[in-house]
Amino acid sequence: MSTDQKTSIDFDPMGRPLKQPVVQIFSASETSSKRIKKPLKLDKVREQLSKTEGKEFWQSLEELADTQEFQELVKQEFPQHHAAWDPVNRRDFMKLCGAGLALAGLSACTKQPTEKIVPYVKPPEELIPGKPLFFATTMTVGGYGIGLLAENHMGRPTKIEGNPDHPASLGGTDVFAQASVLDLYDPDRSQSVMHQGRISSWDHFVASMTGLLADKKGRQGEGLRILTETVTSPTLAKQLQEFLTNYPKAQWHQYEPAGRDTVRAGSKIAFGEYVEAIYNFEKADVIVSLDADFLYTGPGHIRYAHDFASRRKVSAQHENLNRLYVAEGTPTVTGTSADHRLAVKASKVEIIARHIAHELGIIENRGSKIKDHVEVAPWLTAIVKDLKAHQGRSIVIAGEQQPAIVHALAHAINTKLGSVDQTLYYIESPEANPTDQNESLQILVNDMEKSEVNALIILGSNPVYNTPSHLGFAEKLERVEARIHLGGYANETAKVCHWHIPEAHYLESWSDARAFDGTISMGQPLIEPLYNGKTNFEILSVLNGKGGKSSHDILRDYSKNDLKSGSFETEWRRTLHSGLVKDSAAPQKKVFLQIDHIQKLPASQQEGLEIVFKPDTSVVDGRYANNGWLQEVPRPISKLTWDNAILISPITADGLGVNNEDLVELTHERRTVQGPIWVLPGQANDSITVALGYGRTRAGHVGNNVGFNAYTIQTAHSPWIGSNVKITHTGKPFPLASTQAHHSLQNRTKAGKNRNLIRVASRDEFKKHPDFAQHPHGEHIPPADMTMYKKYDYSKGEQWGMVINLNACIGCNACIVACQAENNIPIVGKKEIGNGREMHWIRIDRYYQGDLNAPLDIHHQPLTCMHCENAPCETVCPVGATMHSQDGLNQMVYNRCVGTRYCSNNCPYKVRRFNFHQFSDLKTPSKKLQRNPDVTVRVRGVMEKCTYCVQRISAGRIEAKKERRAIRDGEIVSACQQACPTNAITFGNINDPDSEVAKLKKEPLNYSLMADLNTIPRTTYLAKVKNPYKDLGKNTKHEAQNSRHI
Amino acid sequence: MSDSKDKDSILGQAGPLLDSGQTIQSVGDKVTSVIFRKKQPIPWFVVLGIASMLLGSLTLSVVWLLMKGTGVWGLNIPNAWGFAIVNFVWWIGIGHAGTLISAILFLFKQQWRTSINRFAEAMTLFAVACAGMFPLLHLGRPWVFYWLFPYPSTMGVWPQFRSPLVWDVFAVSTYLTVSVIFWYTGLIPDLATMRDRAKNKVGKIVAGIFAMGWRGSARHWHRYEVAYLLLAGLSTPLVVSVHSVVSLDFAVSIMPGWHTTIFPPYFVAGAIYSGFAMVLTLMIPVRSIYGLKSIVTMRTIDNMAKIMLATGLMVFYGYLNEIFFAWYSGNKYESFMMLNRMTGPYALQYWMLILCNGIIPQLLWFRKVRQNVISLFIISIIVNIGMWLERYIIVVTSLHRDFIPSSWDNYAGTIWDWGLYIGTIGFFLFAMMLFIRWVPMIPIFEIREIIHAKTKKTLGTEKKP
Repeated sequence: MSTDQKTSIDFDPMGRPLKQPVVQIFSASETSSKRIKKPLKLDKVREQLSKTEGKEFWQSLEELADTQEFQELVKQEFPQHHAAWDPVNRRDFMKLCGAGLALAGLSACTKQPTEKIVPYVKPPEELIPGKPLFFATTMTVGGYGIGLLAENHMGRPTKIEGNPDHPASLGGTDVFAQASVLDLYDPDRSQSVMHQGRISSWDHFVASMTGLLADKKGRQGEGLRILTETVTSPTLAKQLQEFLTNYPKAQWHQYEPAGRDTVRAGSKIAFGEYVEAIYNFEKADVIVSLDADFLYTGPGHIRYAHDFASRRKVSAQHENLNRLYVAEGTPTVTGTSADHRLAVKASKVEIIARHIAHELGIIENRGSKIKDHVEVAPWLTAIVKDLKAHQGRSIVIAGEQQPAIVHALAHAINTKLGSVDQTLYYIESPEANPTDQNESLQILVNDMEKSEVNALIILGSNPVYNTPSHLGFAEKLERVEARIHLGGYANETAKVCHWHIPEAHYLESWSDARAFDGTISMGQPLIEPLYNGKTNFEILSVLNGKGGKSSHDILRDYSKNDLKSGSFETEWRRTLHSGLVKDSAAPQKKVFLQIDHIQKLPASQQEGLEIVFKPDTSVVDGRYANNGWLQEVPRPISKLTWDNAILISPITADGLGVNNEDLVELTHERRTVQGPIWVLPGQANDSITVALGYGRTRAGHVGNNVGFNAYTIQTAHSPWIGSNVKITHTGKPFPLASTQAHHSLQNRTKAGKNRNLIRVASRDEFKKHPDFAQHPHGEHIPPADMTMYKKYDYSKGEQWGMVINLNACIGCNACIVACQAENNIPIVGKKEIGNGREMHWIRIDRYYQGDLNAPLDIHHQPLTCMHCENAPCETVCPVGATMHSQDGLNQMVYNRCVGTRYCSNNCPYKVRRFNFHQFSDLKTPSKKLQRNPDVTVRVRGVMEKCTYCVQRISAGRIEAKKERRAIRDGEIVSACQQACPTNAITFGNINDPDSEVAKLKKEPLNYSLMADLNTIPRTTYLAKVKNPYKDLGKNTKHEAQNSRHI
Repeated sequence: MSDSKDKDSILGQAGPLLDSGQTIQSVGDKVTSVIFRKKQPIPWFVVLGIASMLLGSLTLSVVWLLMKGTGVWGLNIPNAWGFAIVNFVWWIGIGHAGTLISAILFLFKQQWRTSINRFAEAMTLFAVACAGMFPLLHLGRPWVFYWLFPYPSTMGVWPQFRSPLVWDVFAVSTYLTVSVIFWYTGLIPDLATMRDRAKNKVGKIVAGIFAMGWRGSARHWHRYEVAYLLLAGLSTPLVVSVHSVVSLDFAVSIMPGWHTTIFPPYFVAGAIYSGFAMVLTLMIPVRSIYGLKSIVTMRTIDNMAKIMLATGLMVFYGYLNEIFFAWYSGNKYESFMMLNRMTGPYALQYWMLILCNGIIPQLLWFRKVRQNVISLFIISIIVNIGMWLERYIIVVTSLHRDFIPSSWDNYAGTIWDWGLYIGTIGFFLFAMMLFIRWVPMIPIFEIREIIHAKTKKTLGTEKKP
């Protein structure tokens, strides 16, 4: 009886061994009895006896021989003297353990139904360990589907790519899609069915629901309510329809906090019905955005970014630039891509829209004259002229935070200019039931208050947190007798609900959704639900009395109508394979403008300091609050991480006497909240912007108590723009973590002088001097061979290089998160970001141009390791941990790195990242599943940096070698390149003259960053060409002359 | 005697080499009495006590660092180097005085050096030991520090010889080795004296072992003299080489403010400057506490102050040179760096440095200041601070705003940076106190040689000893 075995048995508080059953099954006596008894050998007995000294007694010959048999006899006689299992039986124990587990699986006695999912490229029988498979699936953002490909490593989805066949993606992705894979493995996810705060089971829930429904059936479902987010899923729509038919008095409410009520209402005003405009930015020569961030948010934004950028790329031969005007309150990704960005109060955008409409003769503007708005006037005049000059080739688009009237005016302008059927068309709304969601929510709240709601089933949303606080959703919810919540997290709403069902992640579930253009997109699961999550299909199925049906079957059954051609099985497989139902895009719809309605609407009033609520660029309405990648990705313009802030312009901040990182009290409609100030050049004066989605209390370990909750001061009657907000200084500081230090913009003129980091010219200037980027003032490029060391001959073999097109880059951050997912890059948290230790391998630098108070332009510049041919980092590493490969990669050998950090000091681009602590989480089991098995997880004390996705290069090379051919151009794409919605990044072999990258490097716009250091970087940039309007361009051109050196 | 007095007055030498009245016997008594006295003076206990406490801080800082990683310091990207490198260079610089005094001044036959050379050499050893801790601890993975050495690894990998950090390894380890041997060689005759004078058996045996059987025979003396001369010759280039190599850590890089050819001489001058300052800081109190004023005379102190002034001027020239070339080179990065150094977030430290290293030491032009041990003591401390600031400015101002404005970030040491730094000061003082207690801090025999020579002179038999 060995002591360590004894200690391995755990005891419960009553002293009973916890592993009792196991002990019984594997008790030594049973196993030993099966052994054949060996004959006793007398010579062995004698041998034993000869060893004894003095008086020793023996009982039997067996004892003397001390045989195994005797030992086992003792065990049988006196089991208490023996350990539950002894060392001899360890192997048996393991065997039986394994067998036991296998048998336990069998004990269910039912064969699991096979649910076949179909891989995108390769069928499952080709599964080769170490080789990923890709499956098409669909993720929804704001209810609208985006077609994706999920990379699957041995059954684990690890990385998301865009589905090139899907109209909403075309192969591109956004930050949310890229980061979604992290949510799947979030250890904070809800892991079990909860009933009144205790762990329960799905069967209990089904039984309980059956009881509840039986009760309701008699009263036709009176008092029964379902609350969902925006629904575009045809299957869910049909299920809901079925439910509402069965229970005619039940009601379905929809509420999406970052919703599109204004868009819907706008179309209703303009056309008398809910329609959705689909834009074709490829065709538009002039685009006017009225506070619309169409490159970053809203249905179809990835596609729109792609189309928009396709008209921004210029080369010496081809130039087809569009022109973008943006009027917006707070700088956005779209605003920074504009040729003419106007920082204007969000409430003034309506005036602009009215004036444009007036000038185009659509409405009679009875209010103010253009001249009354000095700061807007020249801009407006230019737009009107430009729009008139481009009839049928323009788009006017209004933002989701703008009132309905602006949307209606935009529709009217587009119609008037003949853009309909040219640059945009209308379709029936892809939403299953387009409604005024704000109103829908308020009806629900009122009914709850009147105790008219007996049972509320909340599918996926989190209304206790994300509805305007003054509605008092949480308190009123308490009056509902049965509260059921389906959600991925046991969040704020789950806490006050009777039942909480864990929701399956989209990578775990069968789903369908419509894309922005109505295309039905299919979602396949990549993995069995990790925590027995359920889908809303399954809940609805229970509500419809069809409990027990799996999502797969539900989806298949409902899809039968949509997949008509040919045999269903073939069509089903094809649909899953491509991720979408062929030709399911909504047909164009004829609409008729109702000018009178627009004309009648009064102009809205706004006074005092304006507040604009915006869904956050990272956590949206709070749903991604527990996603560390999204929390840590710098917000596109402010470069803040891990917090929201009160964005304010420098002039307004001076006027209010507040400064960066001051904690202030914000009062709006008699409600207050405390938040920190962030002075953001480019923000409109007299207007502050706060992001929703922060200040959560039950988001999880990552998202709890990050930022402040702006829902507390949001109002339901005017959710986006409020007036007369008050700011009072608390006198306390509140540190914020920004990745790009603030002083760099204040010292911009001094600091950026002559560094030529961003090179930009107007279109006219470019036509005159196509090579303007080649000869910046003050750059003296030394001869390439001016190096102490022997120059390596890079003229042979594959030589990898990259070109980043600054014209196409919109600064959307998708590349940052894609890189993080691909390369197992850890997050470091707010404190470490504050310490300047972020780990992103690719970063997007933001530069302002012009005056601090009214910046002329804002530029984005993605920066990765430049893979310099004369890499300064390599010569200084004392242990040779960073070396050059013969194909031109600057490689980092983690195993060899001792962490002197000299390489980082000597890197002029500061793209190296150091593991100052053990940043990678090596402990949480679920997080290990997410990691890319092709990339080393780094430990404390080593340096890391962009590798040009060397694992993808290797995979491509192996593939090519197997087929005895050269690597094809475009075969190897880096993660950032693949994620980029605008194809701003090109990667390939620069030695191949036919490769895309080699061609781009020959462009006159191509330039190296700080070429005067003679580092010969492999990553180069294509300079920016802006397309200013000639009448507005005068001062712009002057600035552009100076601005080539930023 | 009168000849030398005239020469002294011409050269502006202050006071005699040794106070009159010192005999061979009295020197031996005076020096060994420090070791053989019953009780050490109270200041010794006070300093030892404080040093022990600081040693605690050292231990704590190192343990915490090894547990958590270099992230406990104030480092970030772009400031990947900070206190550790600042302190490393500072300590290495301090170490330079010892070798300079014992080797170069020996070769130049500067007799005034004899009274302080042992002390300065010991200081060198301990300073180099302190310095050596930093490059090790500042590694991300200190447990694999030996990868920097060229050893026949089974992986067949060698250090990357283009990196100045590898040169550093050679330079510093060579320096430490030679310094130890030189120091020990010079100690042997005195250890024999200790052995002869020891009052108990243990002392006799220990001193006897370390004296390596020194009997003071003519042959011994002959070999000793040759060996010492050779070692002095060997050490001399090291005085220049070590800090030149250390400066190459910076000069080889492409960072504005680092990438400059003046660094090697400028660093060496700075090293000697700080080394002499440290010797003065330590020697001034020690000579008064242990009553060694008659041996370490004002003339020695005065000479050290003069060397400090000279090297200080060279360093100051370096500062001006940097400014000039930042402008003259026309290099935009360099000129921005210089402007930022003088007006940016570290402007205070920069102007403090100019004050400490450039302005205040100008007082040493005055004989009165040089003759006043209190003022000298204060100036020497100011120079020590100034030299630390100099390294801080070099490391931080170049890194924190280099080429691409987007990655700029500020740097500040954390409590663990300071904990480790003052911890090494504790280690240094602790070691110095033990040295004073156990080893003859002034070379007895060399002082005796001077007295012997003087006596012979007065007797008219002028011959070298």
